[in-house]
Amino acid sequence: MESARGTVFKYGDNVDTDVIIPARYLATSEPSELAKHCMEDIDKDFIKNVKKGDIIVADKNFGCGSSREHAPIAIKAAGVSCVIAKTFARIFYRNSINIGLPIVECPAAADAIKAGDTVSVNFDTGVITDETTGESFQGQAFPPFMQGLIDAGGLINYVNAKSAS
Amino acid sequence: MGMTMTQKILARHAHVPSVKAGDLIEADLDLVLGNDITAPVAIREMDRFTKQGVFDKDKIALVPDHFVPAKDIKSAENCKCVREFAKRNKITNYFEVGEMGIEHALLPEQGLIAPGDVVIGADSHTCTYGALGAFSTGVGSTDMAAGMATGKAWFKVPAAIRFNLTGSLNKLVSGKDVILHIIGKIGVDGALYQSMEFTGEGVAALSMDDRFSISNMAIEAGGKNGIFPVDEKTLAYEKEHSAAEGVILTADDDAEYVRTIEINLSEIKPTVSFPHLPENAKTFEEIPDLAIDQVVIGSCTNGRMQDLRQAAAILKGRHVAKGLRCIVIPATNRIYLQALKEGLIETFIEAGAVVSTPTCGPCLGGYMGILAAGERCVSTTNRNFVGRMGDTTSEIYLASPATAAASAIAGKIADPTEY
Repeated sequence: MESARGTVFKYGDNVDTDVIIPARYLATSEPSELAKHCMEDIDKDFIKNVKKGDIIVADKNFGCGSSREHAPIAIKAAGVSCVIAKTFARIFYRNSINIGLPIVECPAAADAIKAGDTVSVNFDTGVITDETTGESFQGQAFPPFMQGLIDAGGLINYVNAKSAS
Repeated sequence: MGMTMTQKILARHAHVPSVKAGDLIEADLDLVLGNDITAPVAIREMDRFTKQGVFDKDKIALVPDHFVPAKDIKSAENCKCVREFAKRNKITNYFEVGEMGIEHALLPEQGLIAPGDVVIGADSHTCTYGALGAFSTGVGSTDMAAGMATGKAWFKVPAAIRFNLTGSLNKLVSGKDVILHIIGKIGVDGALYQSMEFTGEGVAALSMDDRFSISNMAIEAGGKNGIFPVDEKTLAYEKEHSAAEGVILTADDDAEYVRTIEINLSEIKPTVSFPHLPENAKTFEEIPDLAIDQVVIGSCTNGRMQDLRQAAAILKGRHVAKGLRCIVIPATNRIYLQALKEGLIETFIEAGAVVSTPTCGPCLGGYMGILAAGERCVSTTNRNFVGRMGDTTSEIYLASPATAAASAIAGKIADPTEY
């Protein structure tokens, strides 16, 4: 069973791609380099404190702004295992699926979960559990086509599998 | 049930009689775009495809424009990566320094977009081409790679918001004021996952450059695309720039919209979006005296001829405020040359502005006008997020070229109608 478990970093509405990875670092696309500056302009301590498996929880329109795939790449390379938000900006949503960063839309979880809580996410069922409070939430399931992309391991594997068949 | 204009274009490219909001489709692509930031990531991904090569060397556009002429060694390496890929794959539409311009001004100018096209670009402002009646939307580098390899992309068919435009714009009010007003009204996620369809008798009164500015910022309301119907002005623009005829598709009378928003263009006033979101739109009754340090006139939103003419008309015979930096960036070399011929460049330089070769530079805090701590900038660009143009304590005020020019003279955010 695919799942994520970690400590929560909590943010508000409209976390944009400029604060996720500022353009001054876009001259490189090396994931480990991008990770060093992840969330730098909104939370200078994020990269000092984030541990492998940790989870970002945010309010609405997470990832708005630029189309830079560097944003989900930086978050994934920083060790984050899942982003939960009320809503995602559409290009960020697409990019995350394409590169294999797990994301879950769940307004109730985004409201209830607090920074520092330990949270686990079951990707098979979409169930999000706040282990600190004991509360559970049902995240929105992906449409079957998108789940197919995720199961294939991203868009490129999906295209390769399709051209082989 | 009828289809919106966007839905009709998507259905045609998916080779199905009809689509409805929420359908997942695979559509043929007429053009795939990338720049010096996003294309290198896509090019590296291309190696992972089992079937190598590009789907059509004529239907890919590569435009190094963000950090060129290369601002540092890493940027130069990125440009080199794009240049070599273009050469290796014999890409027809690769634009080197000297031929290039800011991608979303360049592609229509080069005649690469036709009405009814489906275009994806690894840049969020790819939605600009909706002004020409095309479906165009921003994607990431992996989608770009898949688009280059297969000529196809998957889409979730969007629902639409209809903006019914009436009236006509007052003097010194432009498309930028319209879109800032709209984003102020619906918010930065007001059109999330949806298309913004601009219709009504007011469309005819908008110039093509006004329409480009409006479609360009659809993404700032979360929109998937922002599209205008094709009319005489679109066809005249296409005739001037393109050999392609395109396909004119119109929304069905019974097309379904999530909502209709009435916009009376005659009522729109010069509008400024305050830090740190484009939705913080204000008009001058609500704007206090705010001293500024810099003005930027340019970008994919506002670096076109009409923009430069409006700014120059205000700056002519005047001088920018002492101690203020005013940076003017024509969006393409052709626009630059035309501005030179019309005497606009002379006007800018005599007014104390600097004029740069086309680049996205300052808009995304790349180079050519980065802000120090606490500095304020009035900018004709499209985003005013925290740290977008420099230090995280700097502030960006989004405005039209006329408002930016008036502000450069006043040294504070200023109403262009007073100049």
